[in-house]
Amino acid sequence: MVAPVTPKSWYLPTKPHKFCPGCGHGIVLKALGENIDELGIQDKTIFGCDIGCSLLSWNFFACDSTQTHHGRTTPVMVGIKRSRPELVTVGYMGDGGGYSIGSQHLVNAAVRNEKLTLILVNNTNYGMTGGQMAPTTLPGQKTETTPYGRDPELTGYPTKGPEFISAITPDSAYVARATVSKYKQLKRFIRNALRNQLEGNGFSFVEVLSTCPTNWRTNAQQTWHFLEDDMEKYFPVGEIKSPFGKGDKTNVAD
Amino acid sequence: MDKVIGDAKKAFITGNETVAWAALAAGAEVMFGYPITPQNEVMHYWTRMAPKYNREFLQTEDEISAGFTVCGAVQSGKKAFTATAGPGNVLMQEPFGMAEAMRLPLVAVIQQRGGPSSGTVVYSQQEVTLTTFGGNGEGMRIVYSTATHQEIYDYTIKAFNVAWKHRFPTFVLGDGYQAKMREPMEMYDPIDKGIEMVAPYPLIGLGGEIGVDREPAHLCNIYSLEEELYEVVLKHAAEYEALSPSIVEWTEGECEDADIIILSHGVVSRAADDAVKALRAQGIKASYFRPITLRPFPQQALRDAIARSGAKKLLVAESAYGQLERLTRQEIYGETIKIETLFKPGVGIIDNDIINKVKSVL
Amino acid sequence: MSLIRVALAGEGGQGVQSVAEILAEAAYNQNKQTIYIPNFGLEQRGGVSIAFIQVSDKRIGAPKFFKADIVVALSERAVERTTIYSDSNTIFVYDSGFKVPEEDLPKEAKKIVGIPALETANQELHPRVFNIIIMGAVIGLSNIVPFAAAKEALDHKLAYKFEKNPELRELNYRALQIGKELGEKALQEGVAV
Repeated sequence: MVAPVTPKSWYLPTKPHKFCPGCGHGIVLKALGENIDELGIQDKTIFGCDIGCSLLSWNFFACDSTQTHHGRTTPVMVGIKRSRPELVTVGYMGDGGGYSIGSQHLVNAAVRNEKLTLILVNNTNYGMTGGQMAPTTLPGQKTETTPYGRDPELTGYPTKGPEFISAITPDSAYVARATVSKYKQLKRFIRNALRNQLEGNGFSFVEVLSTCPTNWRTNAQQTWHFLEDDMEKYFPVGEIKSPFGKGDKTNVAD
Repeated sequence: MDKVIGDAKKAFITGNETVAWAALAAGAEVMFGYPITPQNEVMHYWTRMAPKYNREFLQTEDEISAGFTVCGAVQSGKKAFTATAGPGNVLMQEPFGMAEAMRLPLVAVIQQRGGPSSGTVVYSQQEVTLTTFGGNGEGMRIVYSTATHQEIYDYTIKAFNVAWKHRFPTFVLGDGYQAKMREPMEMYDPIDKGIEMVAPYPLIGLGGEIGVDREPAHLCNIYSLEEELYEVVLKHAAEYEALSPSIVEWTEGECEDADIIILSHGVVSRAADDAVKALRAQGIKASYFRPITLRPFPQQALRDAIARSGAKKLLVAESAYGQLERLTRQEIYGETIKIETLFKPGVGIIDNDIINKVKSVL
Repeated sequence: MSLIRVALAGEGGQGVQSVAEILAEAAYNQNKQTIYIPNFGLEQRGGVSIAFIQVSDKRIGAPKFFKADIVVALSERAVERTTIYSDSNTIFVYDSGFKVPEEDLPKEAKKIVGIPALETANQELHPRVFNIIIMGAVIGLSNIVPFAAAKEALDHKLAYKFEKNPELRELNYRALQIGKELGEKALQEGVAV
């Protein structure tokens, strides 16, 4: 029998994991795990997660991990990195934890160019609490708190996080947006985000477009359609800022 | 404003849905909120029904904002409310403090979950201290602890009236079980029941021409001199204390002659009620006392019940580790009755738990 | 009617909460005191789904209970999760479609019995009405609501589906009836503990 190949930095006693069928978190965490292995940083990686679906990753890795409060993963990682700069701090959060309740911490960490690697999973809703509107919910999208569709006149337009992070960070920051529909690119972007911290350059941020069929109430086909045809149209995928050369700009606006 | 409920009608709904209907019936015009389990459905129902009745909603960026947006709305003269739980309740202490300081008619529904920190999403009675005395003030708040869906409906409506009449932030303290369970209740139009609905009024945006019709309104919550603050706090305290006798609510049973009084609040009081009946049937002289207002606490009524009953023991039963007990102790200081405790932080309490405890201490 | 406490548990997707809601509504329609509360935790999906239903003529106390009059467990994991609700007064029912190792069954119960609900659904009716058979079984085991009331509540809940496909109504009614008979039979048999 062939067992699935899992990264060494994955913690096997907690597998199979608790994410819903069709959720993109597993893909992101695999890309992160493979990078941790390939960079050989398992023993010095500190993995921090937020509240929301990301919290299910609190014992996902065979790395020292800490689950924080909603939106407070960033400052906790700042506290760790500033105290122990030799550790590799990886903060993991959702669109709510990053762009809503956590936005003030995200903005300030970015302005200070904190040497963290933050991965934000964007699935356009608050999954664990039952599918409420998120900062990244698309116009017209129905959620539990926008039952008639998101009206941008009332609630604003979806947050484009990497774009504003890029605007407030110096050139030594790494800012990108990936998608679970393009695994190799996702893995490469996460690698660059880790590399940027390891080289001591600056703030590293990767937003990952991901799926949530449970709260989107979509079947497999509809799920991929929403991700690839709707979300990726609205949120351009690519490296918005990179100290490592010109970067992958196939989709982002110049 | 359109009538929300015509004739009184019975329903079999969750506590969260009950909150939404009650707020509509009370004429709340805007809700601000942020997702946190177990109160999310209050928003889900409100957002679905609000457009029909021309009410507003905004999901804010976090609970601090939800609390402050309610403060702003009530300052401008609109009935507004929010709902939260756990860590959200912690965050809202900052805006609740501002409401205390500036005497704002803020209404908030708290659905307690396990604590501290993220705890559980399920249930507890561990937000008593926070809801009654949170923030950096003196706890000038009114807190109703409900036990049934009918009470959730009744007291949510009452909260708006009490808040707007007396201008102390007013809370409906529920919990995750009440939030998520379904039980029968009856919804009604409060005016049909002869309830006086207090009209809201603005503290700012008062109309007229400034300098001609009126002076500008200047609201603040900070003072230059210690003496200024002292005067303000004493003034508020005097008003709060004068108000308390007309606001306190409680229920008690079998306190004419008892060996032990079971003290509990909220959903636990239902189990206490059943326990007392069962114990009496077994010849054990148990009685119960249930504060409905935790702030102001019905301390005189409790002292009277202790004296009247002749009970030697007071059993405090709560799904927390001493929050109700500490509150009670401070309120009945001087009473010599021995206090026993049944602490089950974050876990439900059933009648048998209380019955067994009573037997073990008597 | 004195208090009846039912704990219904199964895998997510087996329709446990739907059945519990319909039963609770049926009791409410009969002007009974009723409380229904689902278990709820962190995850949106996965885990064992448990419904706690209480029906009585008098006001019900605590919304949850630690020992049930009837436990119905529809999967191995559900059996494991619900043995704690069983004491010497409990009728513990599980679906005989899966084999439960002896040591996983409750140590204390009035009766432990398997009912072939899944098998009956698959072979005689339709896999989709498995949870309706269970609903019927709960009625047969406890008389928690009159059969007619349950039928009415079921009809009300699924009216929109029955309109599109009237055959479904007959199928569901049959499932309810068969379930009731399975429940009544189980009451007579079963392993006394």
